[in-house]
Amino acid sequence: MKMITAVIKPHKLDEVKEALTAAGVQGLTVSDVRGFGRQRGHTETYRGAEYTVDFLPKVMVEVVVGDAQADQVVGAISDAANSGKIGDGKIWVTSVDQITRIRTGEQGNEAL
Amino acid sequence: MSGDEVKALLDNTFVLVAAVLVIFMQAGFAMVEAGLTRARDAGNIVMKNLMDFAIGVVMFFLVGFAFMFGTGNDWIGWKGFGLGGLSDPFVFNLSPATFFIFQVAFAATAATIVSGAMAGRTKFKAYVVYSVVISAVIYPIFGHWMWGGGWLFQKQFLDFAGSTVVHATGGWAALMGALLVGPRLGRYGADGKPRALPGHSIPMAMLGVFILWVGWYGFNPGSQLGADFPIVADVALTTTLAAGAGAIVTMALMWVTSGKPDISMTMNGALAGLVAITAGCVFVYPWAALFIGAIAGAVVVGAVRFFDRLKIDDPVGAISVHGVCGLLGTLLVGVFAAPALVERAALGGSGGLWYGEGFTQLGRQALGSGANLVWVMATAFILFSVIKKVMGLRVTDEEQLAGLDVAEHGAPGYGEMVFGAATHTAAAPVPATTSV
Repeated sequence: MKMITAVIKPHKLDEVKEALTAAGVQGLTVSDVRGFGRQRGHTETYRGAEYTVDFLPKVMVEVVVGDAQADQVVGAISDAANSGKIGDGKIWVTSVDQITRIRTGEQGNEAL
Repeated sequence: MSGDEVKALLDNTFVLVAAVLVIFMQAGFAMVEAGLTRARDAGNIVMKNLMDFAIGVVMFFLVGFAFMFGTGNDWIGWKGFGLGGLSDPFVFNLSPATFFIFQVAFAATAATIVSGAMAGRTKFKAYVVYSVVISAVIYPIFGHWMWGGGWLFQKQFLDFAGSTVVHATGGWAALMGALLVGPRLGRYGADGKPRALPGHSIPMAMLGVFILWVGWYGFNPGSQLGADFPIVADVALTTTLAAGAGAIVTMALMWVTSGKPDISMTMNGALAGLVAITAGCVFVYPWAALFIGAIAGAVVVGAVRFFDRLKIDDPVGAISVHGVCGLLGTLLVGVFAAPALVERAALGGSGGLWYGEGFTQLGRQALGSGANLVWVMATAFILFSVIKKVMGLRVTDEEQLAGLDVAEHGAPGYGEMVFGAATHTAAAPVPATTSV
């Protein structure tokens, strides 16, 4: 099993959710996060004075899928979250050792 | 009822309603100041707004009113402590109570200007002490020089509704307070450059601006102290136009110089127009009100940048709006006052430079503004210096970072709201231990 973690632009969440649903993903977890990438945030002005926004607001989507489905899910997120502009975010894939559905005690692929 | 009785009833009714509008401006100040400061200090700033009014009404009742309006000499009054022994009607057709309610609203306006300039780092108990002194001493004594019939009134200084008496008094006291308390942590970087600490609620601040604008229809027309048409409507007109012109010019200037029409600065522009027209609203024609508002809208932008360069941290722009534009609007009476309107107002004085009446009135205006600046800066400097020595003016750095709501009052202004990513996006150092 793989955990796919994607940090995306907040306004892309709906499109990503729909793409994942269409790809057959059963559930996902979303968090509001802040961070920066190669651009190191950006500057804005307030009352004529500049200020640096060091950490930009992003949304982190986490989803656990079977090994076979991982590439398709990564592709779906990548397509849905792509605006072509800087700050679109990143996707990474990690291996998951075990997973348990709390209500039934099912484990592994059964619990997905 | 005779015609005179009807007039007396109308006058008292009009001025009482105007007084309530001015008192509602306290809500405007509270919203502007809370909106333009950070969420962690919002409860503290609205508490300061409540208490300067509460303390102000009691102090002005006990002593301030007597110092300002009691019979005395050219410098101070000393009759009417606790409103005792006043004639009825006290001024024109106004009963002592009507007149007191109207005037205490003005005293409270001067007092509440300061909290915004000192927001985010001033000790609550220091602010309580300041509130007592400005309402009991600093404002009433200067007020006596002018509206109490004192030496400035006799010199034919013109300040119809208080660009100087109220606004510059609050503005210069704010300057001394902000200077002595020092800037908020992180407001100026190690390189000395100002760093923005954006306010936490722009819609809240804008609601405050609208409340203040509406309240000004009590402030300026009410200062006629009677329901005299068409004067009060003319005053409402000049007041309206100056506010509009101020906002437009500030917005345009920010758009051109910084690339975007900055919202909170444009709020300052509308208020700058209102403050500037306050002295001359009865003495100038509508076209001149547009000029006065426009000039104030330009000057307020320069003033905000000027104080920023001096590292005097004023989170809401109160010094520039009320101090600088109060002084500016007072001087502009000496330029734009129309002889016919000066005569109609019957408060002495003469027409301005524009009408070929020379520098006489401008000189009187400079004298009044200068006297106000010296009196207020001197007394406020002494007051804040003594407070600093005796009890301290500034909270500790730890308290500032924790937020004044929790540090000073024991509870956050925003209860159980979870502060998300948006709260601390500014450049301010936010320690990992920040509570709330």
